[in-house]
Amino acid sequence: MSSDPILSLLFLVNSEEKTVTVRPADTLLYILRVRLGLTGSKPGCLNGDCGACTVLVDGTPMKSCLMLAVEGEGKQITTIEGLVNTPIQKAFIEKFAFQCGYCTSGFLMNCHALVNIEPNASDEKIKDWLESNICRCTGYKEIEEAVKSVLNTAEGKH
Amino acid sequence: MLPFNFEYYKPQTIQDAFRQFYSFRKENKKTIYISGGTELITLGRLNQVYTDAVIDLKRIQEYSSTFFHKDYLVIGGGATLTTIEEVNAFPLLSKTVKEIADRTARNKITIAGNICGQIFYREAILPLLITECLLGIAGAEGIFHLPLQDIFNKEIQLREGEFIFSILIENKYIKLPYVSIKRRKQWDIGYPLVTVAAIKNNDEIRMAFSGVSPFPFRSEEMEKVLNDRALSLEDRVEKSLLSLPGPVLNDVEGSSGYRLFVLKNTMMDAIEELEGERNVK
Repeated sequence: MSSDPILSLLFLVNSEEKTVTVRPADTLLYILRVRLGLTGSKPGCLNGDCGACTVLVDGTPMKSCLMLAVEGEGKQITTIEGLVNTPIQKAFIEKFAFQCGYCTSGFLMNCHALVNIEPNASDEKIKDWLESNICRCTGYKEIEEAVKSVLNTAEGKH
Repeated sequence: MLPFNFEYYKPQTIQDAFRQFYSFRKENKKTIYISGGTELITLGRLNQVYTDAVIDLKRIQEYSSTFFHKDYLVIGGGATLTTIEEVNAFPLLSKTVKEIADRTARNKITIAGNICGQIFYREAILPLLITECLLGIAGAEGIFHLPLQDIFNKEIQLREGEFIFSILIENKYIKLPYVSIKRRKQWDIGYPLVTVAAIKNNDEIRMAFSGVSPFPFRSEEMEKVLNDRALSLEDRVEKSLLSLPGPVLNDVEGSSGYRLFVLKNTMMDAIEELEGERNVK
């Protein structure tokens, strides 16, 4: 690994290869939004508390404000722009699982991973996962209903 | 985005990490190791951490693995809290780390990062204090092992350039009766008012605490009183509180008086659970 403070790194974002010049001090969230124009990941607290910036890194939910971009080199990064017509997205629409919408992309990424990784998730497991995201409009009930509607179904295992 | 620049290095081996550390130090560059790296970002953006160089340990082989070896459970320093929870090889540790931060954050936070962190709660260390674990420390001569209590005084004290490579817990402690209780001011996420982790070993209770003082601790003086069955449960707890090893926190999470109240009741709950309510005077 180079010790040059400016690095040119190859990222795999939404299944596309992207070469980006980064400072080691840049967060993944900053690179996604500012360098790659993927503004679906939202800056909220920038402190790992709110979950609005959640993306998937090799399928695992990560808060992109808590991750240096250099740590994402060579990993498969999925942002909300990489989710298309997934069951959880349809469920959010059907259950009206959003109000202002600011937290929605983060919730969707986390819920998508939950459905894939824990297709038979218990209520306790759902709560444990979804505590990572904050909805200031407090639309939690509808979000929970949306998740439950796609759990343990063939469609849920996207 | 952090408000300062630093050099970044990802070693593949312990030797490589150590060599690079001293190479940076030779250039008078402040150098830190990171494991999960969350604290570098959360404190760095507030200018509470500064560094000229970062050595990211995640790619070192076996740094993140968990396995049993002879009489020990070996947990790599780079094991994430989520992994520890899901592998569940040591239920007390799993239950304790499950209450740290939130699930997505725990996908990134590692056990070595938590117990060496600047944020003083360091709750993952509580089960390690009461099971007298060994730390596998990576240093100039490779990995050597030291009992945690030998290098723990309010925080883990490593020499320059060293890092925690692994944690070894004796198998005999893993199946002991245990309790882990985290009490917060409100909600299910956040810093504790009080966190208590306890085990019962040969009828003796061991207990460690976080959130009470500005450092996690285990106190032999407190345990001596806690295990005095000649006293009532309430007296055991109240008298043990006279031996608290530091000031009780008085902050936005709770006043010192309220913390003591919560602590006393949490300790009583823990003992009742470990000893069985009928056996408690």
